[in-house]
Amino acid sequence: MLTLQEIMETVNMVQEENLDIRTITMGISLRDCADPSPRAARQKIYDKICRLAGNLVKTGENIEREYGLPIVNKRISVTPIAVVAESSKTDNFTGFAMTLDEAAATVGVNFIGGFSALVHKGFTNADHKLIDSIPEALATTGRVCSSVNVATTKAGINMDAVYRMGQAVKKTAELTAESDGLGCAKLVVFANVPEDNPFMAGAFHGIGEPECVINVGVSGPGVVKKAVETAGDGDFGILTEIIKKTAFKITRMGELVGRTTARKLGVPFGIVDLSLAPTPAIGDSVAEILESMGLERCGTHGTTAALALLNDAVKKGGAMASSYVGGLSGAFIPVSEDAGMIQAVEAGALTLDKLEAMTCVCSVGLDMIAVPGDTSAETIAAIIADEAAIGVINKKTTAVRLIPAINKKVGDYVEYGGLLGRAPVIPVKPFSSAAFIRRGGRIPAPISSLTN
Amino acid sequence: MLSKIKKEDTKGSRIIVTVIGPDKVGIIAAVAQVLASNGINILDISQTILQEFLVMVMVADMSGSTRDMIALKDKLAEKGREIGVRIDAQHEDVFNFMHRI
Repeated sequence: MLTLQEIMETVNMVQEENLDIRTITMGISLRDCADPSPRAARQKIYDKICRLAGNLVKTGENIEREYGLPIVNKRISVTPIAVVAESSKTDNFTGFAMTLDEAAATVGVNFIGGFSALVHKGFTNADHKLIDSIPEALATTGRVCSSVNVATTKAGINMDAVYRMGQAVKKTAELTAESDGLGCAKLVVFANVPEDNPFMAGAFHGIGEPECVINVGVSGPGVVKKAVETAGDGDFGILTEIIKKTAFKITRMGELVGRTTARKLGVPFGIVDLSLAPTPAIGDSVAEILESMGLERCGTHGTTAALALLNDAVKKGGAMASSYVGGLSGAFIPVSEDAGMIQAVEAGALTLDKLEAMTCVCSVGLDMIAVPGDTSAETIAAIIADEAAIGVINKKTTAVRLIPAINKKVGDYVEYGGLLGRAPVIPVKPFSSAAFIRRGGRIPAPISSLTN
Repeated sequence: MLSKIKKEDTKGSRIIVTVIGPDKVGIIAAVAQVLASNGINILDISQTILQEFLVMVMVADMSGSTRDMIALKDKLAEKGREIGVRIDAQHEDVFNFMHRI
């Protein structure tokens, strides 16, 4: 029998501590939608998404109410469009993005991911076309998210792709300058990208995935923060134990919702992503968890250790709670989406360099960070290269989602509202990386012994 | 695997009703009345006073009810607004999943 305390703990998590299911994401394979006629291919894509995801939002809303657990987002990920559109006779893939956008609107999801290409070792013709189409695609659609994988531990870093993505990020910012570079909030550059990630903007439906699948991303920084506060001045053993137990409970909710959604929709259940995903709401912040461990401000010395502890404890607790764990599975540290991170930047405690160090011990990378609008494509590419190197050498996923804030300087803000939040523009180094980036070619895969 | 899913399906008729708010006369009666008029059987009630707030938890069985969970939640929330407390209902699965391995 459940105790009163257990029941009230669950109720409090939802009502007071922002426990929610961040996303249920339906992965849909579009591999059977390829067609020499781009028009025909787009029609097949639209029809298939609407057929499979037609009931996704309604089912999600029903489960949300039955279980009393908010499910913040219902989303869709699809096969990388570079693969689907490869055989279509067209040089511009923007039309495919528009089709995805229309399908997403029809079924009522707020984001659809998969305007993507995997180019870690090299480009196919379609990969070139897709990357060339990204700025226009993101500027002309509202719901489409794009991601490009430029490096893996097995293949090394495709530096040509890194440079191309530096240019694509910059161009996207310019084309969406009126909305503070909103297009860049929908564009992620990855190393070691997971194929079953339910979180935007980096979600796509990988080549090894089934026809259709449900993946779930949980949230709950607020719940972890409250739990950490109960540790008082207990030692690190006590602290990690509390985080593990809390992560277990949070993840169980993801498992329950994932299994139920999959069963009701008649599709297989894929994975639960164990990430701690903050929101701009006060108290729902990863930075505040680190601060409640005893750091005056997130970003000060000790932050990397605190984050490593947090990330590892969340995985240990979560791994037992779910039968299938996957996706990104780590604490997210997006600046604009986390009120504590924003304050840390404003206080001068958190810099780009420290954020880079933090990405060595958690997922996912330099996320939702606004940089000055006059930052060059080469500098953006160099930042991407640094992150990719961290991912490749440490055999982990890393990513970059930078927003060059056009016509804005350090200290200005980009404002999006909602889950994307707002971000102060932070400085990048004034010294050029251009000659390095322009070399081109590929950085070879690293040796996997001699590990120091 | 399939048989397990079926078992979970049939077990899903128990709900947990939680009431939080300032204590006063008639809260249990009001909640019980909503449940009774919807054909829902109360299996267990426990309550405590935390600071000045009443915290009450009811376990109830919906198997004899024709009302669906979503409509019931609306009814309970409406009653809660009427008497000045917060009433919610959730499937028992949520609590079992979180607290029992």
